[in-house]
Amino acid sequence: MGKKVALTGNEAAAHAIRQINPDVIAAFPITPSTPIPQAVAQFIADGEMDTELVTVESEHSAMSACIGAAAAGGRVMTATSANGYALMWEMLYIASGMRLPIVMAVVARALSAPLNIHGDHSDIMGGRDTGWIQIISENSQEAYDNLIQAVKIAENKDVMTPALVAQDGFNTSHTIEIWELEDDNKVKEFIGEYTPLFPLLDTDDPVTHGAWAPPNWYFEHKINQLKGLLNSKEVVEKVGKEFGEVFGRHYGLYEDYKLDDAEYVIVAAGSVCGTTKDVVDNLRENGVKAGLLKIRLFRPFPYRELAEALQSAKAIAVLDRVSPAGAQGGPLFNEIRSALYDTQTRAPVINYTYGLGGRDTQPRHINSVFETLKKIVETGKVEKQFDCLNLRGEWR
Amino acid sequence: MAEKLLNWDEVLIGAAIKEPGNSRQYETGSWRVERPVWNPDTCIQCMFCWVYCPDSAILVDENGKMAGINYTFCKGCGICVEQCPTKPKSLKMILEAEAKGKSEEELRKEVFSEDK
Repeated sequence: MGKKVALTGNEAAAHAIRQINPDVIAAFPITPSTPIPQAVAQFIADGEMDTELVTVESEHSAMSACIGAAAAGGRVMTATSANGYALMWEMLYIASGMRLPIVMAVVARALSAPLNIHGDHSDIMGGRDTGWIQIISENSQEAYDNLIQAVKIAENKDVMTPALVAQDGFNTSHTIEIWELEDDNKVKEFIGEYTPLFPLLDTDDPVTHGAWAPPNWYFEHKINQLKGLLNSKEVVEKVGKEFGEVFGRHYGLYEDYKLDDAEYVIVAAGSVCGTTKDVVDNLRENGVKAGLLKIRLFRPFPYRELAEALQSAKAIAVLDRVSPAGAQGGPLFNEIRSALYDTQTRAPVINYTYGLGGRDTQPRHINSVFETLKKIVETGKVEKQFDCLNLRGEWR
Repeated sequence: MAEKLLNWDEVLIGAAIKEPGNSRQYETGSWRVERPVWNPDTCIQCMFCWVYCPDSAILVDENGKMAGINYTFCKGCGICVEQCPTKPKSLKMILEAEAKGKSEEELRKEVFSEDK
């Protein structure tokens, strides 16, 4: 049993990093993830960690320094948000292409313009195809648990792929919740020692990293990289199970909440799932078969398992906390709908954009989604495939 | 190039290369637009060109002396010419097209005919 603590999501991430005690952290402050490297710097100053903290001049440099340290053979972590994550973009591909199992805490935040420092998923969703494993947390406990698991997932020999663990800016990062902090040694034992594949500092066995691959080599390397990313799905399940056996909190590819016989289903990721669970509970008490499919692993996207979990639904609403950019709805909607195409169900699937730039999403808003789903089933008609939750003025 | 092309499931993870110096197998001299021509008569063997060459395209003989340009790898960047301290310069750039079909000796005569 861990110790119950009342701390923020940022502190949860910082404690996970303290216990992991990586060789190197290179980070640059950006709201709302700043308290993570700040707390880590304090832990180092207090002698609770012996990580080499590299203070850099930008997030591009932060990820570059992480890549160098990881290629040298170190266990490496960092943290960022929003525009900082966007500035890393070029280097994110290099980290995944070089198969360096860097683990990054991302406190998800809206992207400018207009300037906004509050929570949404536009940053991580913008980087969804950078080749990183993406795990999304609902609350502080998950932000802590997922970071610890991510180290073990990323460093798995069949995976060797960087991983990010996201939590929602402010909703989670700056909210004090009660969660369980595990024993330092138990965490260290769980993640184990890291053995790098081709460390640059191994001078007895010299190796070149980051070389050029002409047209007759590049394609093979990218497909080899894809295999590593896809291999992580099985490892996520395995590590989630092991984590449950050691710490009592079990994790899978996704979380099904009252989903078995659910007819009206919301698919969502992040802190809104907490609100949705409350609404589902209320509806269930009134005999409405409501349910939630909570996304945990977004990359690689476990499309078969997610589609299978949605087969009882008569109508589905997918919630995207991402600034829409001209696709047929948000990224989660697109992938869920695509996944369902190969299965028996032809349940209508609708899409909501919600919570942009920290816009509050309350139980009444989630209730209205379930109301719409009920109406679709009753009338057999979808009036709007795409709509906005808690937006002033009707979307048309 | 006699390299063995590997399948996607045979390549090393992360495109790592365990064979040091295999860039020798990759000829990079073919995209050159201009080339340096060397004049051994005025060269003072300061080796600045060798130090500054961003490839390893300055040839060095067994006595450690500058012995010419390796045109298999020289990309024609002109840094050696920039760095050459002699007056007149012992390295000069010419268009690759002007070098076509001529020997190094012929080119030297042509380029450095006025320099003694």
